[in-house]
Amino acid sequence: MENTRQTSANPRIDLKYRRKKNAEEMRYQIISFALMIFLTLIAFGAVYYEGFSHWFVVPFIMLLAAIQVVFQLFYFMHMSHKGHETPALFLFSGLTVALITILTFLTITWI
Amino acid sequence: MSTIAQKKGFGATVWDYLTTVDHKKIAILYLMAGGIFFLAGGLEALFIRIQLAVPNNDFVSAGLYNQILTMHGTTMIFLAAMPLIFAFMNAAVPLQIGARDVAFPFVNALGFWLFFFGGIFLNCSWFLGGAPDAGWTSYASLTLNAKSHGVDFYILGLQISGIGTLIGGINFLVTIVNMRAPGMTYMRMPLFTWSSFVTSALILFAFPALTVGLFLLMFDRMFGGNFFDVSAGGNTIIWEHLFWIFGHPEVYILILPAFGLFSEIFATFSRKRLFGYSSMVFATVLIGFLGFMVWAHHMFTVGMGPIANAIFAVATMAIAVPTGIKIFNWLFTMWGGSIKFTTPMHYAVAFIPSFVAGGVTGIMNAVAAADYQYHDSYFVVAHFHYVIVGGVVLALLAGTHYYWPKMFGTMLSEVLGKITFWLFLIGFHLTFFIQHFLGLMGMPRRVFTYLPNQGWDTGNMVSSIGAFFMGIAVIIMLINVVVTQVKGVKVGNDPWGDGRSLEWSIPSPPPFYNFKQLPLVRGLDPFWIEKMEGKKGMTPAEPLGDIHMPNASFLPVTISFGLFVAAFGILFHVDDKPWALPVMIIGLGITLVSMLIRSVKDDHGFHIHKEDLENEDKGVKA
Repeated sequence: MENTRQTSANPRIDLKYRRKKNAEEMRYQIISFALMIFLTLIAFGAVYYEGFSHWFVVPFIMLLAAIQVVFQLFYFMHMSHKGHETPALFLFSGLTVALITILTFLTITWI
Repeated sequence: MSTIAQKKGFGATVWDYLTTVDHKKIAILYLMAGGIFFLAGGLEALFIRIQLAVPNNDFVSAGLYNQILTMHGTTMIFLAAMPLIFAFMNAAVPLQIGARDVAFPFVNALGFWLFFFGGIFLNCSWFLGGAPDAGWTSYASLTLNAKSHGVDFYILGLQISGIGTLIGGINFLVTIVNMRAPGMTYMRMPLFTWSSFVTSALILFAFPALTVGLFLLMFDRMFGGNFFDVSAGGNTIIWEHLFWIFGHPEVYILILPAFGLFSEIFATFSRKRLFGYSSMVFATVLIGFLGFMVWAHHMFTVGMGPIANAIFAVATMAIAVPTGIKIFNWLFTMWGGSIKFTTPMHYAVAFIPSFVAGGVTGIMNAVAAADYQYHDSYFVVAHFHYVIVGGVVLALLAGTHYYWPKMFGTMLSEVLGKITFWLFLIGFHLTFFIQHFLGLMGMPRRVFTYLPNQGWDTGNMVSSIGAFFMGIAVIIMLINVVVTQVKGVKVGNDPWGDGRSLEWSIPSPPPFYNFKQLPLVRGLDPFWIEKMEGKKGMTPAEPLGDIHMPNASFLPVTISFGLFVAAFGILFHVDDKPWALPVMIIGLGITLVSMLIRSVKDDHGFHIHKEDLENEDKGVKA
């Protein structure tokens, strides 16, 4: 049942290619990890610094959060890879449904 | 390891079912457990109708009536309809896509046992101080003030069985995405598989809302939270929103597999390809999506304001479009077909007008302004019983007759089946049609009795008589099952003679590995294509080889049983019972230790060897 559909195109067989690919992957992960820590520091800084008004800080942190979600999905959950179309479809449809629901609460139904 | 089944004693059979991870046996477990809860819910329905048959009746007291009414709704939705749907999904989906099992067989068993123990826990409430009595919607403004433990049983029982449903749904998503046979593209999947797929996605997105709602309610009732307590700054309407964000997709979770079953039955017994297959798929997905955009139509009278009401009214009416597409496609499937009126086909044909009636009253309810009149009246009761009984229950009865030969290898009596059908159909319309008018005449829902001479007496009597017709119909079906199983006449691969999809290309019941060689799928209705070309079975897509199978395991039972025990501890902890905390710890301990064993013990399954499969072949031929 398992592993019955392996084809010769499977990168697992090509060790050299795999090693190179893994190193590349690792580099991206470290870069995005460093970026995410950096973004978190900025977010903390924005809250800490008293010169900014709330009207700037809240949307700004939201924006940083959105960027981090994208990093998370694409570099750590391998969404950019081939064969991840179905999970992507489910993630985005779930996101659409959730966002529409939240939008509804914010605009037309007061809780 | 030999593949040849041996005759087993009673104890061995029970142990086999307790430890099974085989989707076909889990289907039988779901069918039996769901069937038992269906009988319990049906009995509660009969008590309701006895109480309401005449005005000023005192068959049950007001408090007991509330409990019976709540448990009727909760049982029928969560413990009867859902598991029965899972029964058919388990029985048919892996076979329809040409898989040897679901993606996670262990998790599949765990899902069943969680549902089962959750259901048992909920029903324990009858013997431990009274059942939940705040309606199946369990609105927070009522539940926060409920004095008995009934509502706590509701919260914890549904939480446990909800986990089971959620992991069941995820399992089917993974199975359908990853385990389709060679050539089985998405657009070649039978419609029951498609609707199971969309249903599983709805479960994945909708059940978390219920889980969150139940958690908040649990904290409010048991641990001093204030989420819904208005006097402490909470908001009681949040529960209504959370419940219906789950609750509306839930009714589509029920009805979509029903649509799928009927699509199979229409195509099979019209002996025609399903009309408009791709539009059926499109409509199924669209209904799934729209199901999330309409929850507030249950709350028109809450006071959300005209804009919210108008938007939700229009969104609700939009659902009639994909549903209409489906209705017309079924009609056109029959059109010009060579129709065979078997028992499942009787149900399918009767389903169309019954369900359309329910759909039309649905549109009436969707008109927000008019809904102020219908709200909380018997009109609403009539509406949702028309869609759920006229849609889901007819589908489940049809599916029982249709898939019985595939699940058990015997054919239910067609004569008794048709008697069941007619009694049930007449009883159903007798019970619920007149409730529309009772509602329009002002009878409110959920009342335990009413005064005479308001024009409701005759209507209620007629309705109660109808309920007994349905009761007799179900009893005849049980007799049918017993008679059929006692006779035990075995049937072949394709007992209906017109099977179209892969499940009919293998023996009934299928061997535990389903497909000796995975089949090659060459189009929609793959088995039909092969038959039309004069072949007896499917063309294999792979050479005969070893088959890897999962080992049986008792751990799903212990994991679920631990939660069942812990729930009692949590529930009685509120009363400061000294034994409550230890019970909670012991229960959670059982669960966690079982999970630990599962994690650390290597379980690689076993292989059925090629030679055994070959020997089996020779044995059959000799």
